[in-house]
Amino acid sequence: MKRLAVLIACLSGPVCAQDSKSVSFDKRSTFDLMKPETQAMQRDDASNPAMLWVQEGRALWQAKAGSTDKACQDCHGDVASMKGVATRYPAYSAAQQKVVTLGQQIQFCRAQEQKAEPWTAEARPVLALSALVGLQSRGLPLAKTGPAEARAVAEGRALFTERRGQMNLSCAQCHDDHAGQSLGGAIIPQGHPTGYPIYRLEWQDLGSLERRLRNCLNGVRSEPWPSGSSENVAVQTYLRERAAGLPIETPAIRP
Amino acid sequence: MVSHVLRAASLAAVLLMASPAKAQMIVGDAMPEPLAGAGDAMRGRAIIIDRQKGFCLLCHAAPLPDQRFMGNLAPNLAGAGARYTQAQLRLRIAMPSHLNPDTLMPSYFRTAGLYAVAMPYVGKPILDGQQIEDVVAFLMTLKEPAP
Ligand code: HEC
Ligand code: HEC
Repeated sequence: MKRLAVLIACLSGPVCAQDSKSVSFDKRSTFDLMKPETQAMQRDDASNPAMLWVQEGRALWQAKAGSTDKACQDCHGDVASMKGVATRYPAYSAAQQKVVTLGQQIQFCRAQEQKAEPWTAEARPVLALSALVGLQSRGLPLAKTGPAEARAVAEGRALFTERRGQMNLSCAQCHDDHAGQSLGGAIIPQGHPTGYPIYRLEWQDLGSLERRLRNCLNGVRSEPWPSGSSENVAVQTYLRERAAGLPIETPAIRP
Repeated sequence: MVSHVLRAASLAAVLLMASPAKAQMIVGDAMPEPLAGAGDAMRGRAIIIDRQKGFCLLCHAAPLPDQRFMGNLAPNLAGAGARYTQAQLRLRIAMPSHLNPDTLMPSYFRTAGLYAVAMPYVGKPILDGQQIEDVVAFLMTLKEPAP
């Protein structure tokens, strides 16, 4: 039983009381909540639509690009060398002097090493390469964050527990306090980022964690955190810390 | 920090801003003054089941046999009209955060003290006064407790 200390920040009452409580639960992947057919689709690479993106990622890994005319492979060798990497993202990047997501690191390599035209944050090639790199860590546990990520984790935790939007709900109210209960037709998952990028059946598409977070933020009618903003990365970093120990499923299927 | 300060706004201010034309009075655990004209129970039913308008069934079950996919995050609405008066129900829809600041239930008439509201909804309550009266009228018809 892992303990998650959850700070319930100042709530909506007239008095701004700082309250704290702790929630404890066995960490569970959303996979456990899925229908057997959906689980089978994820288990079998031949029926997982996300594998199309992984194939594209393989081609991109080997494709020379930019004014340096280098491929990812020219610096990193076979993509198997990426084993374990996805367990550590978002991670502090000394070169960029900030915590970055795996997608941002891929973008950074493209700009700095390949000197190629940038892709937008959720462009198909970024998703394809993220899926390919993530797949190399499939089955490995998400690593705990380190001191270099501590600030991002703290900021992310505060955002996770802060009420927002016209519905005035926090992430924690659903994913810590009510995980496992029914919200309309959906069981609320604990919200662990173990499978990204995911193929979401509702999207009929491969999508990033950012996109998934936008869905929840739209649900509470809140402004989404701007793409690539420090808040956005901080929440993703906190989610990684909160999920530490769960195995990576990339590329996962979700309903 | 800014958001915390915003949220610390006193309830009186919240109420004034929510309804500039006519400040709503909370008396005990009730809101005796109607927010608009007389409610229509059938319109209220439609709002409750609409997943874009009331979305009540995301959290609540209700004695509506034609409805599927009801949540279990909140009390069954069956018998609400027997447990509460009209005025008590009005407060429980319009401003449940007045009764329980930690509540999961959104305050449907609240517009102030909220944080990071998406642009299209800024300054607007989830339901307007007439819609709340309609919802209350429907809840008043739910006299039988859940089996
Ligand atoms: C009102 C309830 C609610 C709130 C508030 C909420 N979520 Fe969710 N979240 C859900 C539900 C329900 C799902 C699963 C949706 C589905 O499968 O249809 C979900 C899914 C997720 C997932 C995907 C998990 C996976 O296995 O891929 C993540 C991550 C997540 N939420 C994070 C967040 C964050 C961060 C916030 C705050 C910005 C938030 N959620 C706010 C209800 C909520
Ligand atoms: C996101 C969840 C959520 C939504 C959406 C929601 N409620 Fe609630 N509601 C609750 C919870 C939780 C309670 C329990 C009281 C508390 O927490 O303060 C509650 C309490 C109530 C009560 C008092 C019930 C009792 O028996 O004490 C009524 C009546 C009610 N809600 C009606 C509605 C109606 C009508 C709507 C839609 C217009 C609605 N609720 C939408 C979560 C919700």
